[in-house]
Amino acid sequence: MPEPLIFEKSSPERKGYLFSDLDVPISIDSIPPDALREDLLLPELSELDVVRHFTRLSQENFSIDTHFYPLGSCTMKYNPKIHDELASLPGFTDLHPFQPENQIQGALETMFELQNLLAEITGMDAVSLEPAAGAHGEFTGLLMIQAYFKEKNELRHKVIVPDSSHGTNPATAAMAGYQVVQVPSNSKGGVDLEALKQSLSEDVAALMLTNPNTLGLFDENILEISRLVHEKGGILYYDGANLNPILGIARPGDFGFDVVHVNLHKTFTIPHGGGGPGAGPVGVKEILKPYLPVPIVKKRTESAADWYYLDHNCPKSIGRIKAYYGNFLHLVRGLAYILSQGAFGLKKIAELSVLNANYLKEILKKYYDLPYDRICQHEFVLSAKKQKEHGVKASDIAKRLLDYGFHPPTVYFPLIVEEALMIEPTETESKEMLDKFTAAMIQIADESEKNPSLVKGAPYSTPISRVDEVMAARKPNLCWC
Amino acid sequence: MVPENLYYTKEHEWVLIQNGIARIGITDYAQKQLGDVVYIELPAQESQLKQMTSCGVIESVKAVSEIYSPLSGKVKAANSALADHPEKINHAPYGEGWMFEMEEIQENELKNLLSAKSYQKLIGSES
Repeated sequence: MPEPLIFEKSSPERKGYLFSDLDVPISIDSIPPDALREDLLLPELSELDVVRHFTRLSQENFSIDTHFYPLGSCTMKYNPKIHDELASLPGFTDLHPFQPENQIQGALETMFELQNLLAEITGMDAVSLEPAAGAHGEFTGLLMIQAYFKEKNELRHKVIVPDSSHGTNPATAAMAGYQVVQVPSNSKGGVDLEALKQSLSEDVAALMLTNPNTLGLFDENILEISRLVHEKGGILYYDGANLNPILGIARPGDFGFDVVHVNLHKTFTIPHGGGGPGAGPVGVKEILKPYLPVPIVKKRTESAADWYYLDHNCPKSIGRIKAYYGNFLHLVRGLAYILSQGAFGLKKIAELSVLNANYLKEILKKYYDLPYDRICQHEFVLSAKKQKEHGVKASDIAKRLLDYGFHPPTVYFPLIVEEALMIEPTETESKEMLDKFTAAMIQIADESEKNPSLVKGAPYSTPISRVDEVMAARKPNLCWC
Repeated sequence: MVPENLYYTKEHEWVLIQNGIARIGITDYAQKQLGDVVYIELPAQESQLKQMTSCGVIESVKAVSEIYSPLSGKVKAANSALADHPEKINHAPYGEGWMFEMEEIQENELKNLLSAKSYQKLIGSES
């Protein structure tokens, strides 16, 4: 039986706490009349009711702390608990963003070190930690590219994205006022070079690329792509969603990328969402450095008590793109991860994420269609084409996996694969767990053939079984009453 | 199901020409690929469209796709019934699920479109 809504558990006049009578005079007249509301229907519960409600809800959830979570493109790796402890240190949590610099040297040093390490990992010259999500980082990147061409007096109104790109790429380009041009993929899953050549012109501001791409494949033509874009004066943008498998092995900056965003909530273990937005720092090469958002944390060359400072003096900057200094406590977690892993650890992360993905791919390709059959990076995309012949779709397989205790992979993305199932195990899973997952997937392939209605009716073991997604989208009821 | 009397685009729109008016929708193959359509955004009446430029959005439970205008011309009418009943696109893609009508079209642009036979061949290679 599903847990009722907190409003349904409400009982009139029930209270969590009883306060003693006021011993100071209070007049309701002192409250502005427009701040008084009589229609505010808040639930009335005891503390125990509330604790049980939210504990039950948390138990009904699928999370990385409870289940294998191979959600492709999202890099759902384990978030080490020590990071939360570090981010809970009073020296971090008790800060106020308006405190003077000489009182927040530790926080500034944390940011300064992270800026430098991310620059080193991505092969960039400078980094801003301000953006609060990947797409926010993309938008920041495109605004910098716009400022760059504006200063050069070049009118460029197009941005190129491959047809396998993350939806945020064309969306960001459109938000920044660019016309989006799509280039197709070639038979190996990379960018079609001939089509790219035809799309490139002096009108193109940037090519936005994820490499490895959303098929989990590394585009070996990257140096040629970089040459072609730069030959026309364009900027090469790196979507860091898939940075995990090349950590410590290859650097976007060395491929020729000019601007990079990194998802701390994917690659660097901060929890997705993390009690608010994530963190999507942006790195740039020298040519875009003057346009970085303000402020940037800098270090004085001469010794002083306030060694680290916030530099607002950047006349060409695109300005501030978030209040204060980014999602600060996430930055603490990101730095803790990089320092605890070290160069050796980061490289190992990349290697194991690739090994795990290829292990799953080689087993599962015997049971599911694998449209791009080559060595993959951290993820791979299967197609439920064979199962569809029996009426079982990718979404049915995803729901059936819940019954086996696994969070489903990403489905129906990338769009260039029919009935796509995008699987990313990450490096933090053991071989035993991967074997359990393949066993479940093989079992579901078998069920799809012999008993398709079983799969089509799943899930059976969750508090709420099959949800009517069409009705939810067409006639959403967002009200509890 | 690919009716003989229509023109097609490689982006899976169909066009019916009647008395100089073009009626446009998406094909049966397209609606099957999209799955249940939940939302549609159509071009505004009177708006001027260019051949094969994006003029609307169609959203299904699986994905959001663009609608391309098969011809250049002026939008005469949009099928307002789809706003409340987008499922008509799934049930009758060539009938009640039509999307919009255009006038002032240039018939010489029809040569850029596909015949039923070529479209059948296209989806044969995609499916």
